Amino acid sequence: MRLAILDSGHGFGTKALFALIRSVSRQPVLDVVKLVKYRADFYGGPMQGVTQEAMRGPSTWSVGDRELMAAFVAKTNQCEFCTKAHVAVAQRAYGDGKAVSALLSDLDIGAIEEPLRATLLMLGKLTREQAVDADDMRAVLAAGASRQQIEDALAVCFSFNVIGRLADAFGFFVPGPEAFEAGAKYLLARGYR
Amino acid sequence: MPDIRRARKALVRRILEGAGKASASEREAAFNNSGLAEPLGGLVDKVARYAYRVTDEDITAARVSGLSEDQVFEIVVCAAIGQATRQYDTALAALEAATGKE
Repeated sequence: MRLAILDSGHGFGTKALFALIRSVSRQPVLDVVKLVKYRADFYGGPMQGVTQEAMRGPSTWSVGDRELMAAFVAKTNQCEFCTKAHVAVAQRAYGDGKAVSALLSDLDIGAIEEPLRATLLMLGKLTREQAVDADDMRAVLAAGASRQQIEDALAVCFSFNVIGRLADAFGFFVPGPEAFEAGAKYLLARGYR
Repeated sequence: MPDIRRARKALVRRILEGAGKASASEREAAFNNSGLAEPLGGLVDKVARYAYRVTDEDITAARVSGLSEDQVFEIVVCAAIGQATRQYDTALAALEAATGKE
């Protein structure tokens, strides 16, 4: 991590928590956890409120769909850490062997329903070009997504356009797949709080 | 998702209006990606437009210019949230244009 405070500037209680996480998971503490726990009143606390609502709050999108959106936004932003992290969660959430990685590379190849595919395409454009217009939204609506579903997807997009930028700017360490699997288990069991 | 807008507003209010180690004007400038002198302006613009291009040298340059690690932390957070907010607001406006305001 490019700022030493994010690696080791936490208070005693948080450092004890990290030791516990390392001991139970037998994996390093992910840098995203170190970030949200550093001066949590400034960023981590309020951001976890947003992300929990976006990813686990009421929505007609499934948890797997929202994790797939998160992974897709991360991939569009070329954020390796977040892509690997949320591919692992989406894969586990779907639980049916969907080839999430392959799907991210080509939305046309996978068994994916039209409303979700159209929503992902819109999120990709928004993330890549920083803007979308009414015609883009009409295309998503015509594919069968509701207005509320689009709003819900935009909340996911917001969260991961924040987190991905921070992962890359602060230089998150990208660990091996076992650490992301442990993180995925935690995020499915406990959410983002 | 009725609480999401409230949660987002609370987040933005906290980082811009709450206590911080960077000045409120610097945090706002980072959020808006506007009006910051180099090297901070360049770092903030990278975070907003292509964060994957941020390097160790960009962070070091911000530190050498006199900012503490806590100030860099806050400014980068504000830059990221500012850009994501502009995207979100633009998309919601497009959705309203397509469906009519609710």
